[in-house]
Amino acid sequence: MDTGMILMQVYVFVLACIAGNQLIGKVPPTLHTPLMSGSNAISGITILGAMLAAREDWNYWGFPHLSSILGFLAVALAMINVVGGFMVTNRMMGMFKSKA
Amino acid sequence: MNFVAAAGHLATWNGLLANLGYLASVIMFMLAIMRMGKVKTARSGNTLAAVAMALAIVSSFVEMGKINPIYIVAGLIAGGTAGAIMAKRVQMTQMPEMVALLNGFGGLASLLVGIATFAFAAEKGARGTLERMMLMSDQGGWFGAINLCLTVLVGGLTFTGSVIAYLKLAEKMSGKPILLPARHAINIGLIVVSLLLTVLMVWAVGSVGVNWGLLVLIAVLSLVLGITLVIPIGGGDMPVVISLLNSYSGIAGALAGFTIGEPVLVVSGSLVGASGIILTQIMCKAMNRSLGNVMFGGFGADTGTGGGGGKSEYKNVKSTSPEEVAMIMGDAGTMVVVPGYGMAVAQAQHAIRELAKILEAKGVQIRYAVHPVAGRMPGHMNVLLAEANVPYEQLFEMDQINDDFKNTDVVLVIGANDTVNPAAKTDKSSPLYGMPVLNVEEAKTVFTIKRSLGSGFAGVKNELFECANNYMVYGDARKVVEEIIKGLKEA
Repeated sequence: MDTGMILMQVYVFVLACIAGNQLIGKVPPTLHTPLMSGSNAISGITILGAMLAAREDWNYWGFPHLSSILGFLAVALAMINVVGGFMVTNRMMGMFKSKA
Repeated sequence: MNFVAAAGHLATWNGLLANLGYLASVIMFMLAIMRMGKVKTARSGNTLAAVAMALAIVSSFVEMGKINPIYIVAGLIAGGTAGAIMAKRVQMTQMPEMVALLNGFGGLASLLVGIATFAFAAEKGARGTLERMMLMSDQGGWFGAINLCLTVLVGGLTFTGSVIAYLKLAEKMSGKPILLPARHAINIGLIVVSLLLTVLMVWAVGSVGVNWGLLVLIAVLSLVLGITLVIPIGGGDMPVVISLLNSYSGIAGALAGFTIGEPVLVVSGSLVGASGIILTQIMCKAMNRSLGNVMFGGFGADTGTGGGGGKSEYKNVKSTSPEEVAMIMGDAGTMVVVPGYGMAVAQAQHAIRELAKILEAKGVQIRYAVHPVAGRMPGHMNVLLAEANVPYEQLFEMDQINDDFKNTDVVLVIGANDTVNPAAKTDKSSPLYGMPVLNVEEAKTVFTIKRSLGSGFAGVKNELFECANNYMVYGDARKVVEEIIKGLKEA
C-alpha cells in the first residue's frame, strides 16, 4: 500500500463523514430510536472483514487456522448485529404505520 | 474496490462484478439512511439498508472467488439465527437495552476482525494466498498496523461499554454512577498506553511474535477502558452513551476497512460514525447538557452534584386514590398524558390506551406529551405508544404542547419524573437547572402515578410533588391505571 493509496482511503473517509453529517439533519424524535438501531445494523458491515479472515483456501479442508476460528466468531457476532438490528428496526418502524 | 490491488484484481471479471456490487450497496446505504430520517419512508429505508447489506455480502463472496467458505457460511447461519431469535423475542419496552446489546456484539465483532485479520496475515507465509494484506512488511505496512490497533481498541471499548450500558438499562446493575478515585487519570492513562503500544506495533512491523503480544495487550486494555469509561455515567444518560458507542462501532468498521483496503467498509462505517455523532448531539441538546458533561460529569452520583435540589425530603405532599382520579377524569374536558420510563417498566401503555378510549367516549379530549428524553432513549415512548395503537396524531412534542398545559384540566404523569420537574426552571442550584421540562404544574390538576417518593434517574428531588395542584397516586403504573378504568366503569 503506497502513500497514494493511503491518501485515497483518507479522502474516501473524510468525504463519507461529511456525507454522513448531511444525511441526518432534521430527524423527528419519534425516529431517534429506530434510526439508532438501523444505523447500528449498518455498522455490522464489519462482517465483510470477518468474512475475508474466515476463508480458507479452496483446497484446504483440514483443521481450521486460527484466523478462520476467530473469523467465524466475528462473522457470527456481526451477523447477530446485522440481522437482529434490521429486524428490530423493522418491528419498531412497522408500528408507526398503524394509524387509527 | 480494492485500491491496493487495482491492477491485478480489477482485471478479473469477478473483481469487476464485485466492485460494481459494492458501489451499488454504498449508494443504497446512503439513500437508506436518508429515508430512515422521515416517518413515511422510514420502514422502506430500513429494508433498503438490509438489501444493501445482503448485496455487499454476496459481492464479497464473488470477489473472494474460489475458496473454502465453510467457516463463513457457518458463521452467517449461526449469527443470523441467533439475531433473528433475539429480534423476535424482545419486547418493545426492552428496546433500549436490546440496541445496546446488539451494538456490543458489533463492537466485539470489530475487535475479532482486527485480531483475525492479523492472524490471517501472520499465516501468510504458510498459505501464500494473500495479495490483500499489506500488513507485514510492505511499504505502507505502518498504515495497516495503526489501523489494526485502532480497530481493536475502538471495537473493544465499544463492546464492554455497551455491555455496561446494557446492564444499567436492564437494571441488572445499579444505574448510579460508580466513581473510581482518579478515574480521569485512569482513563487517560489507558488511552495513552494503548497509543504507545500502537506506536510500538508500527516499530515492530514484521516480527510476528512481538506483534501478537502487543495486539493482545491492546485488546485487554480496550476492554478495561470500555468499563472505566462507562461506569461513572449515570443510568439516565445511557441513551447518549449508546448513541455515542453506536457511532464508535461505525468508526471501528471504517478502521477495519482501512486495514483490509475495502472502501465499502470505510464509507458505510463513517456514515454510521458521523450520523451517530449528530444524533448524540441532538440528544445532549434535548437535556441541555454538553457531551463532555455527560461523559465525564458523574451526573447524579450520591456525592452531591449540585446543591439544595439534591435533598429528597418532601413536605406537604398530597395523595389520592384511583377511584377519586376516575371521578375527576370523567368530568374533565381536556387531558394530557405525560409518559415516562415508569410506563415502560410497568408495561402500562395498553392500559393507558384503554383508559383513553373510555374517556374519549365520555367526550374528554386526550393528548400525549412526549419529552425528547422521556424513557431511556429518544423516541422510546413513541414506539411504546404506537405499539398500543395510540393514534400518531395525538402525540405531541414538548414545543408543540408546552404552552397548552395552562388550558388543560387534567394531566396524568405516568412514570415520568425529571422531565416534569419545575426545579429545572427555577432552582439554580438544581443539577437539572436549564433542562427544558414539560410545564405540567400549570394545569388545573396533576395526577402523578409513582411507586414511591423516590427520586428519578437523575437522583434529584422533584418539586412538582409539593405543588398544591398535584396529587400522588402510589402504586404500579399499570395496576393504578387499571383501577382507574374500573372506577370509571363502575361510575
